[in-house]
Parts: sequence; structure tokens; C-alpha cells
Amino acid sequence: MLAYIVRRLLYAIPILIGVNLLTFALFFVVNTPDDMARMQLGVKRVTPEAIQKWKAERGYDKPLLWNSQAPGAGALTDTIFFDKSARMFVGDFGRAEDGRDIALEIKGRMLPSLAVQLPNFILGLFVTIIFALTLAFFRATAFDFWGVVLCVVMMSISSLFYIIGGQYLVSKVWRLVPISGFGEGLDAWRFLVLPVVVGVISGIGSSTRLYRTIFLEEVGKDYIRTARAKGLPETVVFLRHLLRNALIPILTGVVVVIPSLFMGALITESFFGIPGLGSYTIDAIKAQDFAVVRSMVFIGAVLYIIGLILTDISYSIADPRIRLK
Amino acid sequence: MPFQIVILWSDVLVWLLVAACLGFGFVITRTEHLLAAWRRVGKSRIGMAAATVLMVFGVIGLLDSLHYRLRLEGEADKPTVYSIEVLSVLDTVASPVRTRNEKTYSAPFATRLYAKETIDLPGGGQTRGYPRLKYGGAHLGGDEARLPADVARKAAMGFVLAVLTWCGMAALVTMGVGKREGVGRSEAWRRIWQGETHFSWNALLMTAGGLMALILPLLSLAGYYHVFGTDKVGQDVLYQVLKSVRTGLIIGLVTTLVMLPVAVLMGIVAGYFRGWVDDLIQYIYTVLSSIPGVLLIAAAVLMMQVVIDTHPEWFATAAERADLRLLALCFILGITSWTSLCRLLRGETLKLRELEYIQAAQAFGVSSWRIILRHILPNLMHIVVITLVMDFSGLVLAEAVLSYIDIGVDPNTISFGTMINNARLELGREPVVWWSLAAAFAAMLMLVLAANLFADVVRDAFDPRAV
Repeated sequence: MLAYIVRRLLYAIPILIGVNLLTFALFFVVNTPDDMARMQLGVKRVTPEAIQKWKAERGYDKPLLWNSQAPGAGALTDTIFFDKSARMFVGDFGRAEDGRDIALEIKGRMLPSLAVQLPNFILGLFVTIIFALTLAFFRATAFDFWGVVLCVVMMSISSLFYIIGGQYLVSKVWRLVPISGFGEGLDAWRFLVLPVVVGVISGIGSSTRLYRTIFLEEVGKDYIRTARAKGLPETVVFLRHLLRNALIPILTGVVVVIPSLFMGALITESFFGIPGLGSYTIDAIKAQDFAVVRSMVFIGAVLYIIGLILTDISYSIADPRIRLK
Repeated sequence: MPFQIVILWSDVLVWLLVAACLGFGFVITRTEHLLAAWRRVGKSRIGMAAATVLMVFGVIGLLDSLHYRLRLEGEADKPTVYSIEVLSVLDTVASPVRTRNEKTYSAPFATRLYAKETIDLPGGGQTRGYPRLKYGGAHLGGDEARLPADVARKAAMGFVLAVLTWCGMAALVTMGVGKREGVGRSEAWRRIWQGETHFSWNALLMTAGGLMALILPLLSLAGYYHVFGTDKVGQDVLYQVLKSVRTGLIIGLVTTLVMLPVAVLMGIVAGYFRGWVDDLIQYIYTVLSSIPGVLLIAAAVLMMQVVIDTHPEWFATAAERADLRLLALCFILGITSWTSLCRLLRGETLKLRELEYIQAAQAFGVSSWRIILRHILPNLMHIVVITLVMDFSGLVLAEAVLSYIDIGVDPNTISFGTMINNARLELGREPVVWWSLAAAFAAMLMLVLAANLFADVVRDAFDPRAV
């Protein structure tokens, strides 16, 4: 098991290098730092001096990959690639446009993101699995049919509608919770209720349908018939036998997102004013803060790869027949 | 010529797509097993109902994909000058709702503006009040109390027209079915409504009837009122909804179209040749899929904006710039979404290449590319079709979200996303300005719901496992 994890971690390195190279190409080769300077400074104030100053302030005035003027190893290290891209591997993300350290900012914003995402994730999983189990239990009845119809309608509604509608109804008309914002400590729950509920509701449609399909595939199998033949009540068949066996396909989609919960949900956080990583990213996109977007892309990839490894490990926990070698 | 035809790049792709569909349709009619699958789609009542709705959206989108520039009025001996404004056929058809702009917000069917203003009285002096709209209900004159009766009368006229059109349509279908199945008209009518025809005419007729009963009254009113209200700059919301359709369709369809060749080629090559080619392609798609989609899109769109902003000389008109931005968005969405299709195709090819008929072909010395083209590709087409229809709704929804974060379409392009983005802050007003949002969400729900239902039917018909 340990050997497997180590090997998977080693596999991750070339992929992260690939991600790194891709973002480097996207941010520095497709558009030169000069283009970015022109964009940031606006059309009017662009003079060659202003561009030079902008680049020097951000360390973009070095060569891209090879510095022929620097002595010795400096030819490789005194470059934009080394400064801006390679250093991300050790957690050094540089500074944002407002001069703050990105790594520090990320650390501070992880918790608010997690405070929304974790309850959302757990509650969402719980609700959708229960709902899907109920639909599978009443399969081929009118309840099942209308349940599926409801799911299809719900997944056809834009996520923006759930957020805007939820804010309007709960916060503006009913005045139950604040419309947006975030508080310190335990006081934060008032701000968290609405985003979590909205997040759970907007996820019900597609996940329930997926899980229902998975459950129905299992229902037809022999071990279920055996369990029924033993005289087990249907609820026990469902909760003990079916759920356990349907876990593998469900885990595939679920575990992989757990590390990414730190990243937050972009739209939700920005609508509800939660100072997490999602709103950080959106603010950076709107302000065209390239350094922050670049860092978030890299972190997102790292978390995703961790998620993949966790998925494999969770398989072997859920199903002892699966051995990781 | 009184106008000059303008061919935007997205128009080219849209019509290419139509041509491809026609070509595909021609192939289907000559291939028995494909025909059987599509017959299953045709038999499904939900499928045909959804297809009818999609067809209406499709017609709107296609009308909006024929662009031209009008010639400006000038003296005969001067060289002809064309207007800078690029119009589409839809703009011309919908010119009553396009041109009759009010000053600012007004509610659906309103005759007065939403906000109070200072009005100059005719006999001198001023008063605070809701100013009369320039166009909305203008035919009523001073007699605004007549409004409900007038709306009801016009809606009823539209409804009668819808009923008449529907009767004509039903008669035509009955005659066609009767002729085809060699039975009398009353028998054909019975078969249609008992669901005994091979094609779900009953679902099609019902949906078409419902749509016409909805659309024709709306159209007969749209010439006199702002049926969905007007937005901040006084533009008719109905017009914006109509224009959004094309943007949504392009994002949903062209994205899949542009990523298809890459995904199919890479997937098949990786699965068929294996070895280092497989390793390389797997590496590429693992790297791409390990970056969270939104972030990759955000990064790419940011870079695209820089390119567009630093090269204003590339675009002759604003429409062209908005159009290229839309296409670039399609490409970027395509880059992030081809990986899953590629992975699916690779897996399927791995399975197919071990089958006897492929090995027989190899033993006969058929070249690899010929095997891929003749034996593997046709057997993967069902996956491609399923992906095309399944991805559509997700992409339409994604456009709205991306436009909200400013990384979607050009702000001047009318789309569901920009409509929602412009209108969402107005919910804070008192009284609430709800009509823009409601219209955008309702139209989007209709499109996406129809697409989802249709996709399910197509998947069930094509998926060999689902029988």
C-alpha cells in the first residue's frame, strides 16, 4: 500500500510539470509580458518607460527560459520561468497585484471556503443518496417516474437561478438570514446556512439521477436475489447489501472532489460574499491579476491529483477485493 | 444591391453543422442499424416532444445566422456605402421589437415607465409621475383603461390563429400518415392518437399545438406591447431572449464540433496503436483534465482578452470582434471538454481492436488507417452522437455562469448569461425588476430541459447496454 502511494506520488510529478509548463506557456508565451503591461496600464498611459517599470516591479523583465547574461547556474535560475513557475513547486507563489503574498492569502482563505464546502458536500451526499435510494426502492412506480422528472427539471435549471432565487426569497422577502457576508467563529453559521442549502439543492438533480442509475444496476444482480431469498426485509437488503456494493461507482465521483473542497465554489462564494478562495479567484479574474490565477490553476491541479490518489485508496477500503500494488 | 452579405465565422460553422447533419442524415437512411436507432428516437413521445421544442429554437438560431449590412441611403453617383451595423434575418423579422426602444425599465404590458420622473405638462408647469411609454400600448392613446380588454382581444386573436394553423397542420399529418400506411383519413387520425404510428406524431402535434398557442398570441401582442418588459436601456426583453438563442446554440453545438476531430483522432490513435503514442496522448489529457475546468477556462479567456485588446486592427466591425470572441470561447470550452470523450473513445477502441473482425482485417493485410476508417470509426459513432447531445445542455448552462464571471461572451453579445448578469442587481430595487431575469431563466430552462430530455432518449436508443 505504502509503496503504491509513493509510486502514485512519483507519477504525479510529470503531470504537475506538464501543468506548470502549460500555464507558463499560456501566461508568458501566448502573450508576452509587454502585452500584459499594456493591458494592465490601459491604452492611454502606455509609454515604453511605463511598460519597463511595470515589468521590473513584477520581475517580468527577465528572459523567459535562458538568461545568457547571468553567470553560471544563473542562466537557468535568473529567468521568468524559474522565478514564477518553478518556484510554485515549493509553495512560493509570489505577490498579487496589490502587493500581498499569495501563499499567505491562500492560507487565510482556505478555512472560510471549507466552512461552506464541507457541510455542503456532506449534506449534499447524504440527501442525494437517500433520495436516490428511495427512488430505487419505489422503482417503476409513479413516485419513481415523477421523482426522475423532478430531477431532470432541477438539473435543467441554471445554478445562478438557485442562488439568485434563494437570496431573493430567503434573505429579501423572508428576511431570515443575511443576504451575504461572513463572520468570525461560531457567529458565521448565519451566513453559511443559505449558501449550503442552495448548494445542496442545486446539486440534487444530476447526482440523484446518477446514483439512482447505479442503484438500479445493482438491484438486478444475483446477490440481491439471494438476500431476498434468505427472507431479509427489503430495507435491510437496500441499506446493508445494495448500498455497500453500490459504493464503488459512487466513490469514483465523490472522493476525487474532497481535496478540491479547499478551493471553494467560485460562483457561490462571490454571490454570498464569503472571503474564500473561490471569491479570491473571481476577484483576480475580474481584476486580471494573472499571478493569482496562475497560482490557483497550479493548486487546483495539485488538489485534483491528490483526489485521484485518495480515490484509489478509498476503493481498497470499500472493497477488500481490490488490492493496490 | 440594397444589402451586402456578411459572413461571420460562427455563421460558417453553424451552416457547416447543418450541412454535416444533412449529410449524416443521408448516411443514416442508407445504414440499417443507424436507421433502427433513430426510429427508436422517433417512436419516443418524450423525444419527439423535446425535438419539436428544439426545432423552434433551431429555426430562431438559424434565422439569426444569416447576416448582412444594409446600404446607406446616398446619391446615385456616389460609391455605395454600407451601414456599419451588422443585421441578421431575425433582426429584420423582429424589427418591431428591435427598434422600438423605451427610455428605461418598464414592466411587461405596461403603458408607463417603471420609474417616476418629472413630466412637463402641456399647459406649462411640471408634475411628478410615471411617464407614458413611447411605444408600449401607444395605439391605445389616452384610453389606458382599455388595456386589459385590448390585450385579451389580441391574445384571443392569436390563439384562434394558432388553433387554425394547428388544424391545418394536423390535417396535413393525417393525410400523410393515411397515404403512407394505406388507410383512410379517419383510421389514420385514430392511429395517430392511439400511438400506433411508427413515428410519434401525437407527441409532435401536441407539442407544436402547445407552442403555437403560446407563441402566436405573444407575437400578435409583441407588435403593440413589450410583452416581456424592457430592460435598463429600454430594449425589449423579448428581443434579447430571441437573440440569446443563437449564442446558446453556438456555445452548445460548435464547442462539441470543434473538439470532435481532435478527440476522435487522439482517442482512436491511442487505443489502436498503443505503445508510446498511447502514453503521450494519455499524458496530454491527464495534464489537461487535472486542471479544474473553470480555472483553465478563466486563464485561457484572460489571455484571449489580452490578444483581442492588443490587436484591434484585426476586426472590421464590432460584430466581427464579438463573433470571434464567441468562437474563441467555444474553442477554449472545447479544449477543456475533449478529454473525457477522448478517454471514452480510447477505451472503446482498446476493446474493439481485439475483436475477431479487426484481427481478420489485420491478417488480410489491410492498412492500419484503413482499418481505423472503415472498421473502428463507424463503431464509435454512437459514442460521438451521445456525447454531442449530452454535452449540449451543460455547455448552455456553463455559458451563463462564465458570462457572470466576465469570462464568457463579449459584453455586447446578447446571451442568457449577459442578460442574467445585467439584471441580477435589479432584484434589490423596490419594486422588484423581475422580468428580465424571469424571461432569461424561463427561456433557458425550456432550451436546456428539451435538450436534456432529447439527450436521454438518444442515449437510450444508441446505447447497446440500455436495451
